[in-house]
Amino acid sequence: MATATPATPVTPAAPAAPGPASRPLRRILGRASWTAGAWLAALVFFFPVLWMVLTAFKQEADAYTTTPHLVFSPTLAQFRAVFHSGIGPYLANSALATVLSTLLVLVLGIPAGYALSIRSVRKWRDALFFFISTKMLPVVAAIVPIYLAVRDIGALDNIGTLIVLYTAMNLPIAVWMLRSFFLEVPVEVLEAARVDGVTLRQEITRVMLPMVAPGIAATALICVIFSWNEFFFALNLTSVRAATMPVFLVGFMTSEGLYWAKLAAAATLACLPVLLAGWIAQKQLVRGLSMGAVK
Amino acid sequence: MAEVRYAEASRAYPGTPPVVAVDSLELTVADGEFLVLVGPSGSGKTTALRMLAGLEEVTSGHITIGGRDVTHVPPRDRDIAMVFQSYALYPHMTVAQNMGFALKLRGMPKETIAERVTEAARLLDLEKYLDRKPKALSGGQRQRVAMGRAIVREPSVFLMDEPLSNLDAKLRVETRANIAALQSRLGTTTVYVTHDQVEAMTMGHRVAVLKDAVLQQCDTPRTLYERPTNVFVAGFIGSPAMNLYTVPVDEHGARLGDLVVPVRRDAAAGLATVTVGVRPEALCLVGADEDGFKLAVELVEELGADAYVHGRARLADEEQRVVVRVDPRDPPAIGQTVRIGVRDHGEVHLFHPDSGERLHS
Repeated sequence: MATATPATPVTPAAPAAPGPASRPLRRILGRASWTAGAWLAALVFFFPVLWMVLTAFKQEADAYTTTPHLVFSPTLAQFRAVFHSGIGPYLANSALATVLSTLLVLVLGIPAGYALSIRSVRKWRDALFFFISTKMLPVVAAIVPIYLAVRDIGALDNIGTLIVLYTAMNLPIAVWMLRSFFLEVPVEVLEAARVDGVTLRQEITRVMLPMVAPGIAATALICVIFSWNEFFFALNLTSVRAATMPVFLVGFMTSEGLYWAKLAAAATLACLPVLLAGWIAQKQLVRGLSMGAVK
Repeated sequence: MAEVRYAEASRAYPGTPPVVAVDSLELTVADGEFLVLVGPSGSGKTTALRMLAGLEEVTSGHITIGGRDVTHVPPRDRDIAMVFQSYALYPHMTVAQNMGFALKLRGMPKETIAERVTEAARLLDLEKYLDRKPKALSGGQRQRVAMGRAIVREPSVFLMDEPLSNLDAKLRVETRANIAALQSRLGTTTVYVTHDQVEAMTMGHRVAVLKDAVLQQCDTPRTLYERPTNVFVAGFIGSPAMNLYTVPVDEHGARLGDLVVPVRRDAAAGLATVTVGVRPEALCLVGADEDGFKLAVELVEELGADAYVHGRARLADEEQRVVVRVDPRDPPAIGQTVRIGVRDHGEVHLFHPDSGERLHS
């Protein structure tokens, strides 16, 4: 305390002015600076997105001004151009690869997660480590053998190839995530179900899955995001028929002419489905990602 | 309704050496009987119950329900219903769905399910809560839902794993009586696990006491209390616990300090010491001229109907703690030294000093 107690307690009613008054002030200032810092960080992270969206509504000429204009007359011309440049097949390919690979991941990952958590198989630690070890190799290092293999079986530029690869790519993470969600299921509830008469399949589908729905939603969303945004395989293994949205975006980068605004418009469109999926899964997701899947 | 039989049933967990959770359990539960498995933690009582449920593998021996060998039958085909300690309700289902789930799995028509659920809900006073999810229920209500889930099944055997341990003291006593009454009304064979010997004594037709994976004694509460088969059962059953001392014995009897308790000659033949067990109510305050030993009073517990005197006495050259039940209207004061005698020599239990087995039949 900064103010010492006066030796003469003559004025007990007088408020000890600086001490108690300065403390709330300091607390308010402290809180304000944290808030300001958080806003600043948020803006830094959000700025590229903002810039992308703004640029998407600009004319190409406006997009290239050295001091970016925040005030301009918005136009939908770029979006129109994007739609006219044949976005359809790319969108369809992306959607197909994303949805099917995510479904496959769940169909394979849920039993795997179950076998690694609730009824753990022998050597489950090794299995778990094996799954994650497949993610340790950089994709670049594996692309040549993958390319050769895919070429030799005649599966280049085939959406099925991407579905298989995306499933393989996401499965390890999905198994890890699902397993951690399943571990939170109270075993007694599953035992009660077994006594009540469930078969193994019913135990999973009718008792366990409803309890870990948020976790499933979170896992599915992660898979959707990863598959939707996947670029490297798509670029190297597809050309015309099976190309996905990220490949479509790259197509706008030309060596001559202006393309920033069009690219921004296409990128904005590419972001929308994931954003939408996240928004739909939002309620489940917060519970899922915070690991409180089952209480 | 069915008879349950454990025939030399064991559960061992692999390891070096293997850990035996239940060791050659030989036990028959009669049709319609309420049998309580009781013992300290780690005694194997819950494992024994889970073996009967099919949730725990039987590594040797057999288990039969109604004469049918179910040793390797999955839980769903055993016709049993179980109440878990944590209740294990399905959090995503309403009370009605929780109770009806097993019937739905059996493909029973909706009307029959609704009928049975309503009936059970009425029995358990849960009618108002049928549409609620478990998380919107109190502990006592959840416990009743768990009971209801077992009842609607109309199984051959009820299994209950410490179903009262998560309730507060008052509710526990109430529910204890309700479960016992319900069981006698339904007449369903019941195996009930608890670590609480009061629960065991008040609820069970018979009580099986387990310790270290081995069945010690299985009998009616009264017999367990009056004729415990060994030192462990003697000390475990009864509250406050029986006073147990290992003291010298000679041709006159066992010597509790100055007090000599007559011992039948053949019972203690060849022994220099014997373990004497006396329940607090078998001891009493005596006058200075009567047979007895001195007790320094350390604590007096007044429970209304009874009062218990805790104190220290010198028995067989050692300071021993002694508990004596006395008349609550006239208890001794703390710090006082009193003289303690035995009310009735017939109520003194004698055990082998090493094996702990009961001496004389």
